[in-house]
Amino acid sequence: MSNIIDREHAINQLRQMLLIRRFEEKSAELYSATKIRGFLHLYIGEEAVAVGVMAALAPEDAVVATYREHGQALARGMSASSIMAEMYGKQEGCSRGRGGSMHLFDAATRFYGGNAIVGGGIPLAVGLALADKMLDRNRVSCCFFGDGAVAEGDFHEAMNLASLWKLPVLFICENNLYAMGTALRYTQAVTDIASKAYGYGMPAKAVDGMDVMAVEDAARTATEHLHQGKGPYFLECRTYRFRPHSMFDTELYRNKEEVEQWKKRDPIDLLSQRLREAGLLSDQDWAALEQSVAEEIEAAVDFAEAGTWEPIEDLTRFVYSERRRA
Amino acid sequence: MSEQGALKETTYREAVKEALREALTKDERVFLMGEDVGHYGGCYAVSKGLLAEFGSERIRDTPLSESGFVGAGIGAALGGMRPIVEVMTVNFSLLALDQIMNNAATIQHMSGGLFNVPLVIRMATGAGKQLAAQHAHSLEGMYAHIPGLRVLCPATLEDARGMLWTSLQDPDPVLIFENNTLYNMEGTLPNNAGAVEIDSARVLRPGRDITIISYSASLYKCLDAADELAQKGIEAEVIDLRTLRPLDDATYLTSIAKTHRALIVDEGWRSGSISAEISARIMEQAFYELDAPVERICSAEVPIPYAPHMEIAALPRVAAIIAAAKRMVSHG
Repeated sequence: MSNIIDREHAINQLRQMLLIRRFEEKSAELYSATKIRGFLHLYIGEEAVAVGVMAALAPEDAVVATYREHGQALARGMSASSIMAEMYGKQEGCSRGRGGSMHLFDAATRFYGGNAIVGGGIPLAVGLALADKMLDRNRVSCCFFGDGAVAEGDFHEAMNLASLWKLPVLFICENNLYAMGTALRYTQAVTDIASKAYGYGMPAKAVDGMDVMAVEDAARTATEHLHQGKGPYFLECRTYRFRPHSMFDTELYRNKEEVEQWKKRDPIDLLSQRLREAGLLSDQDWAALEQSVAEEIEAAVDFAEAGTWEPIEDLTRFVYSERRRA
Repeated sequence: MSEQGALKETTYREAVKEALREALTKDERVFLMGEDVGHYGGCYAVSKGLLAEFGSERIRDTPLSESGFVGAGIGAALGGMRPIVEVMTVNFSLLALDQIMNNAATIQHMSGGLFNVPLVIRMATGAGKQLAAQHAHSLEGMYAHIPGLRVLCPATLEDARGMLWTSLQDPDPVLIFENNTLYNMEGTLPNNAGAVEIDSARVLRPGRDITIISYSASLYKCLDAADELAQKGIEAEVIDLRTLRPLDDATYLTSIAKTHRALIVDEGWRSGSISAEISARIMEQAFYELDAPVERICSAEVPIPYAPHMEIAALPRVAAIIAAAKRMVSHG
């Protein structure tokens, strides 16, 4: 990692993490106010992973994410307004209100969901990469998944396929130590997740997922490897979810001390402290960041509130393509 | 019809292979992947020789990872390719049911129309080769339950040859079920045979007394039954559904308006089957046309057994079709 901090870039990373944090805090509030329904899985605590990885991706790369994907969607550049409207169920939402929190999609940023079957999105990333390889396009397909997904067959099948066919897939395991409410040690014979990649002949690295600069640095190493056509790369980001699994979780499986310990390594605090120590972030800068993030979220909420309901007559649209050729 | 070109002798297997060859030749985005499709030549020898012709990038052997490679097919389709994924048998496709249902069939609606999945999945289906309970089921009707999929059942050489190309032009996922007992079926096709439409059912044999509705290999039992019934003066109209989803109601309803009797022959299990669906639609849309209750001949509700006599007993039989037709015609 470079010791010289690119201030503009670092402030941008900080702002993105702050945007995700405040966006989700607002989402939780709106959930309690019943503006948002269904499942709501918050990413709070894990922001450095999405922000760090996205910084290493190019606009033409593809992203496949999980049901805990507000952070990825925002960091990928989807607008807070389109995501908030989606969670409101409005037709101005990124998925017309058909997907909700767990199924955010966007063609412009090649964001292929929002997949709520654990592990289900991983083979899709393999296929996206296969298409790129067959069409001779040098770009990356990046899939995010949690430590829980590592137990799924799709994970292992996809790892093998990607390595066998030397496909440019960036596997990002967000290891937050719990598959919903069951600790990794109760579900995995081998809890060192990165080591699983070696069985597939794939280079792998485990990185501090609370340190956005470390994540970005590791992701850049990974994408360089991918662009050289050497096959997939596996990155385990060790992180922690500060909030419950979803809004229905009473957190019986972990204690407050553990959560508090991890909060001391809050990714936003870590970066802001580092910038302050380097003299690159003043109180005024911070206040300005908070202000601009607050304005963006306020605009997103306004957009969602002003959004409209898709007409019920449209219910059966998009089951089959309307542009079917003769 | 005069422009069809000369007829050539062929088989169902060859017809499917010709369709694959045509697709691979005409569209660079098309590739075939599945278990044993390359070096082995295909479990049913459908793709034999194609590896040498098109290379290992486009005739792509996969590991035994049905969910993984079907999912990869979905991803490749999203990425601009036109994959043909071969699953060895319908029973194995259950390992990929999550990908087929939760991704292929769902992504378009779930994304509000942003993404579509132009994927073709081919698989062998059906009993009749003593392959027992994990290789011989007919689950086409189960797949026909799922919105977002097209479910095709080519029964004729013409459809085996022509449905693939049309499916590849479709922007949405298409499942093609090839009954394993049909691969050796011989017949003739015009030299210039090619794409066929995939939206409508077809009258295979015209008749005035009873409508027999079926699909896939069971159709040949229906045609045999119709021959025998004709000798007794009963003219059965036999309808090939061709596509189980979306169903073409008009063709069988038009027939029923003429014959006033409907018998459905389905190799799937009776309960919750495509035959049940068609029966319900007839009741909903043609109740007053009927001179007799709709009847169904389906597979027995058992896992398909190995022993030959038991397997035969589990499947729709010609004698049962004839008996049902006679009973229905004598009714009212």
